[in-house]
Amino acid sequence: MSLGDLGWRGGLHAFTGIVWREGLRFVRQRERFFSALVRPLVWLFIFAAGFRAVLGLSITPPYATYVLYEVYVTPGLMAMIQLFNGLQSSLSMVYDRETGAMRTLLVSPFPRWFLLGSKLMAGVAVSIIQVYAFLAIAWVWGIRPPVAGLLWVLPALVLSGLMLGSIGLFLSSVIRQMENFAGVMNFLIFPMFFASSALYPLWRLRESSVLLHDIAAANPFTHAVELIRFALYGQFNPLAFVVVLGCTTLFLGAALYAYDPSKGLLGRRGRD
Amino acid sequence: MTPALVVASVSHQFGGVKALDDVSLTVERGSFTALLGVNGAGKSTLFALITRLFDNVTGEIRVCGNDVRRESGPALAQLGIVFQSRALDADLTVAQNLAYHAALHGMAPEAARARTTEVLAQVDLADRRAARVATLSGGQVRRAEIARALMHGPRLLLLDEATVGLDVQSRREVVRLVRALAATEGVGVLWATHLFDEVEPSDPVVLLHMGRVLATGSAAEIAAGEGLAERFLGLTGGAGRDAA
Repeated sequence: MSLGDLGWRGGLHAFTGIVWREGLRFVRQRERFFSALVRPLVWLFIFAAGFRAVLGLSITPPYATYVLYEVYVTPGLMAMIQLFNGLQSSLSMVYDRETGAMRTLLVSPFPRWFLLGSKLMAGVAVSIIQVYAFLAIAWVWGIRPPVAGLLWVLPALVLSGLMLGSIGLFLSSVIRQMENFAGVMNFLIFPMFFASSALYPLWRLRESSVLLHDIAAANPFTHAVELIRFALYGQFNPLAFVVVLGCTTLFLGAALYAYDPSKGLLGRRGRD
Repeated sequence: MTPALVVASVSHQFGGVKALDDVSLTVERGSFTALLGVNGAGKSTLFALITRLFDNVTGEIRVCGNDVRRESGPALAQLGIVFQSRALDADLTVAQNLAYHAALHGMAPEAARARTTEVLAQVDLADRRAARVATLSGGQVRRAEIARALMHGPRLLLLDEATVGLDVQSRREVVRLVRALAATEGVGVLWATHLFDEVEPSDPVVLLHMGRVLATGSAAEIAAGEGLAERFLGLTGGAGRDAA
């Protein structure tokens, strides 16, 4: 695990450069920022308001008392931002691969694990900025978690962002063309989001379908949501932590394998 | 002196299709070597292997003496590349693109800024430093890509169909620029093209067709009194008639 002749100082320049470029692209593509915010805000302002009356919530950890549906759904929407950001990253990586821009990154003398890891971290940083922008608007809307929770949630956001970004990175290695992304949306992203505890507690799901409850309980996204939810209220959910950490390791490992020039899938397909 | 590039007995296949078959070639430092072949000859696959986008399974590739598979860091540090498809970020400025590339080679920001000034002057784009890539002409984009490839001071420059899509004037400028780099900077150049008029009689040439090297030598030697294009058509049985 060395950075070779370029050393850690060179590695730091490379890491900073990758994060800086991702930030620049983010600033330049304002519509990306706004669309990333609009999606969860629509859920918060419209969906949550409509469902407040329909969905009754009993006291569910980490909440110490009854909470409004908007309060319950907020951590799920924070994770949703990161889920779609991970998807956006993988989409842009497939696009970069199709246009050739990806090769600029891959022909760097730094090891591939380092380059992809840096790109992943850059994506996580962008997603966290989006999440805090969302939290600021939610605060104005009346969703006010403990102030300290806004700090406690940061490590949870880093870890969940890494997991969802790793899934995106892995997807970018196995998806051949941009057109296939519609399939990913329909068969992966939407089921991942809806079959989770983002919108309703697991005990609610069990009341309607035990099978759906079991699927949601096994869904890594559920654990990302719960990790964020507990951290936002100053609590630690060990099960969610272990599952998110394990899934991050698994998907990142699979992505690094797929992008490895000696083992991966790219060379076998005759592209790039 | 160690050659800028040595490719020795490299073969590669995708699934059951052989893309390269026992390819060998050498690019000396300071030389402008033309890799001539029609579309599908295997030029881009060879470039992908040299740049380690994926590994060669058989044979050996050395950049300035460094094995691309086993010493990929030092090998890639010596190598600059202009890909066939354009690979600059259109949303960013020329200087930002160059700074990103410099960072990917571990250069400190101050060194990168100074080097940006140098290479942009070299490719005659000093006045476009702050321009967004989206606003550049095709020829300017190609020159900016060459500037980017030069940022880290490579000893080997690979250009894959670098003049495709350019008008005649821009094509000439790009070819002239790259020839000057080889002559004055001692950079070894591997120039992949299917356009025969970009090759001069004294240039070392590698004729690649359907993944195999058909001939190597200077363009004049290979042409053997005929035109290079006619000789190529003779060797390939008429493939690439349009390019010729």
